[in-house]
Amino acid sequence: MHFISPVLWQFLVNWLTHFALFPPEASGIAPDTDALYFFLVLISVVGLGVVALLVVLFSVLYRQERNPEATQIEGSTLLEATWTIIPLALFMVTFVWGALLYFRIYNPPTNAMNIYIVGKQWMWKAEHPGGQHEIDALHVPINRPVQLTMISQDVFHSFSIPAFRVKREVIPGRYSTVWFEATKTGTYHLFCTQYCGTLHSQMIGEVVAMTPEDYERWTAGSTSGSSLAQNGERLFASLGCASCHSGNADAHGPNLAQAYGSKLQMANGSFVTVDDAFLRDTILNPTMHQVAGYAPIMPTYQGQISEEGLIDIVEYIKNLNSNYRVQQTLNTSQVQTTAPAAPSAGQGMVKQ
Amino acid sequence: MSTATIVKLPPQETARLPKRSYLNNEYGLMSWLLTGDHKRIAILYLISITFFFFIGGAMAGLIRLELLTPQSDLMAADTYNKVFSMHGIIMVFLFLVPSVPATIGNFVLPIMVGAKDLAFPKINLLSWYLYIFAGCFTLAALVLGGVDTGWTFTTPLSTHYLNTHVITAGIGVFIAGFSSIFTGLNFIVTVHRMRAPGMTWFRLPLFVWSHYAASILMVLGTPVLAITLVLVILERAIGIGVFDPTKGGDPLLFQHLFWFYSHPAVYIMILPGMGVISEVISTFSRKRVFGYTAVAFSSVAIAVFGFFVWAHHMFIMGVSNYSALVFSLLTMLVAVPSAIKIFNWAATLYKGSITFETPMLYAFGFMGLFTIGGLTGVFLGSLGMDIHLTETYFIVAHFHFVMVGGMLMAYLAGIHFWWPKMTGRMYPEALSKLAALVTFIGFNLTFFPQFVLGYLGMPRRYAAYPPEFQVLNVLSTAGATVLGIGYLLPMLYMTWSLKYGKIAGSNPWQATGLEWQIQSPPLTENFVETPIVDHEAYDYEWLAHKTQHEVQTVG
Repeated sequence: MHFISPVLWQFLVNWLTHFALFPPEASGIAPDTDALYFFLVLISVVGLGVVALLVVLFSVLYRQERNPEATQIEGSTLLEATWTIIPLALFMVTFVWGALLYFRIYNPPTNAMNIYIVGKQWMWKAEHPGGQHEIDALHVPINRPVQLTMISQDVFHSFSIPAFRVKREVIPGRYSTVWFEATKTGTYHLFCTQYCGTLHSQMIGEVVAMTPEDYERWTAGSTSGSSLAQNGERLFASLGCASCHSGNADAHGPNLAQAYGSKLQMANGSFVTVDDAFLRDTILNPTMHQVAGYAPIMPTYQGQISEEGLIDIVEYIKNLNSNYRVQQTLNTSQVQTTAPAAPSAGQGMVKQ
Repeated sequence: MSTATIVKLPPQETARLPKRSYLNNEYGLMSWLLTGDHKRIAILYLISITFFFFIGGAMAGLIRLELLTPQSDLMAADTYNKVFSMHGIIMVFLFLVPSVPATIGNFVLPIMVGAKDLAFPKINLLSWYLYIFAGCFTLAALVLGGVDTGWTFTTPLSTHYLNTHVITAGIGVFIAGFSSIFTGLNFIVTVHRMRAPGMTWFRLPLFVWSHYAASILMVLGTPVLAITLVLVILERAIGIGVFDPTKGGDPLLFQHLFWFYSHPAVYIMILPGMGVISEVISTFSRKRVFGYTAVAFSSVAIAVFGFFVWAHHMFIMGVSNYSALVFSLLTMLVAVPSAIKIFNWAATLYKGSITFETPMLYAFGFMGLFTIGGLTGVFLGSLGMDIHLTETYFIVAHFHFVMVGGMLMAYLAGIHFWWPKMTGRMYPEALSKLAALVTFIGFNLTFFPQFVLGYLGMPRRYAAYPPEFQVLNVLSTAGATVLGIGYLLPMLYMTWSLKYGKIAGSNPWQATGLEWQIQSPPLTENFVETPIVDHEAYDYEWLAHKTQHEVQTVG
């Protein structure tokens, strides 16, 4: 092949070995997204084909040499109705199909394990409940639903895993969630897809999907020694939260045990379900979320706790539901120095 | 290719340009800078938007050069960010929004309705001055060191995290907005109040209908952009906190406000182009546009629905799932009027007597590329599909198919179509056909690979990318080179034709519009006497009768 210039040759080889039309299908959602994509490509090809056929056919049949005199035609209500209704019907199918898929991608199953993601210029931090921290990487087991609870500590980012066909905006000041179930082991791209400043294109990483056994091994090997809930417990104590949220009947603040997932009556009479976002907002903006029966005396912790710290505390409060030893801690207002066992993933994530 | 033509030029040996026209009515720089004549203002706009188009195009060239290799090696990441931001800001606000309405619309809309000028000639001139001020601010932002917000000015990045000339660029866009509000206002009042006797609404050319619809969007949508930019500037300058979550603000609010303008803005850009296509297809198939009322009302439908689809830019941004549902449904509805238009244009060809002059070639290009652009918009309007496709090169390809494949093709179709009217001279036909072909090929080579890149997951606005995406990016850059030639060619031969082009005569295309019944280039007051309209738009029998009558009178 010496008669081809080496540059061109390399290009050809590259083309033939790397040309792909689809990213790997590595999640439960991916085949469904691709199916909708094929449907859409199909109606596009048919639609474009019809238009192209009409234009080419008429251009040939009615070009001036063949048809020197045009026949004036007003229009046709029947035809107008036809090309209104058929596209509309196809678009409605697309709409319903797309909506079903959307609701599936953005409504996590109740048994999903939760991992927290914090985005910042220009890195992704992943926080596993067991206390594993990762930067620009995310290790997940296959065949198990994984929910990501994500927040940005500065600007908008967007968490995208093309091989899983999932993506969600990571927003400052607000939790957003997405879930997936990896189906194939491998290493996949992780991109930030929302423009976020100078090194936007470096805010990338890899998602490693592993067999459950490998994942167990990885979890054990990369633990930082204390779980998120334990970190949260320490923060809870050091910030003095326990002095009011002691769980005693005469305490200044509501009892936090069993709070997560419950419905609380607010001072203005409305009812709120306690979830991650509510807990975070209440810590930062307590006066906005006044629980009925308590005086508005809680100070704001805006600017005092990092997003990771907030995640730790939220995780801690979540775990109060199932961890009696923490309940004891609260009652004695003392911090236990022995760490509770890292919560097994999935625990405390149950949606009500 | 067919050699038949409808072009009917006066005998070149004896033909002369009219002794008096809007071009030589007055002389001197001030006669241009202080003119109230809509035709002269259109020419001022034409020169200025061409200037900005080539600056924006140079930016596009730099982007494609950088993306030739996976590493960020031609320029630093920051520079790349500034280049694509400037490309977007210039192309959207200083080229696409004013392109057809401020040049072609300004020139022919008053003549089409049989008026001597727009309703407010001084506001029309003010609109051009505002455009120039906007351009100066934007150029200042560029020269002083650039701005790297992207054309979307996303908060809190633009308000708290960037150290570039956000306010300067923001003021530029703010002023450009008012320039477009004034144009829209002028068109609305002109269409309502200044139609010639007998020019009823349903005798208006479809070009006027589409400009009317676009004008409504300009007047009602653009103030929201102005408000949004003021908030961004205030937030950045004095920290009012509307978009800052740590002060109780909401960054998503910015997205809502911005897209409330910027989605209708897409229709501000494309509707006037659709008007051009209606005129061109009718003229070169010698037939009235099939389903006139359907095409006219589809423009209005696009303008109305266009206001209620903005949140489809935010499906993945944590809006409520149910509001996403509503916006997706409305997005599907807005796609229908565009489909109606395409099919009506195709049906217009049926039993026509078709010739293939340059404007018609561009119009065919428009139909193909806009169909692809529109259908891929349905991909993005479909909720589940949008999750994977949004913020990737798929969306880049989609809106370039609509904006460049659609709008720019329509603009070039229009410029070629009305060039004889504007200048009194023909452009060189063979060369322009070549340019149309080069543009079409270059365009597809540039942007089609980007659909594939997008589905593979390549994010937009990346200075560097994983190496497996290189092949498709090289194809795209190669295409951009071809496309660049396609755009330079008209620039050159159009300038050449100003002096050496054949004399066009008043109606080289045998078209029916009122603008073709007056001399080329027109008189400053357009009509010698106010026309009285007694026929519908695209009435070729009326034209044949009139021509015959003239011949008889003269003979």
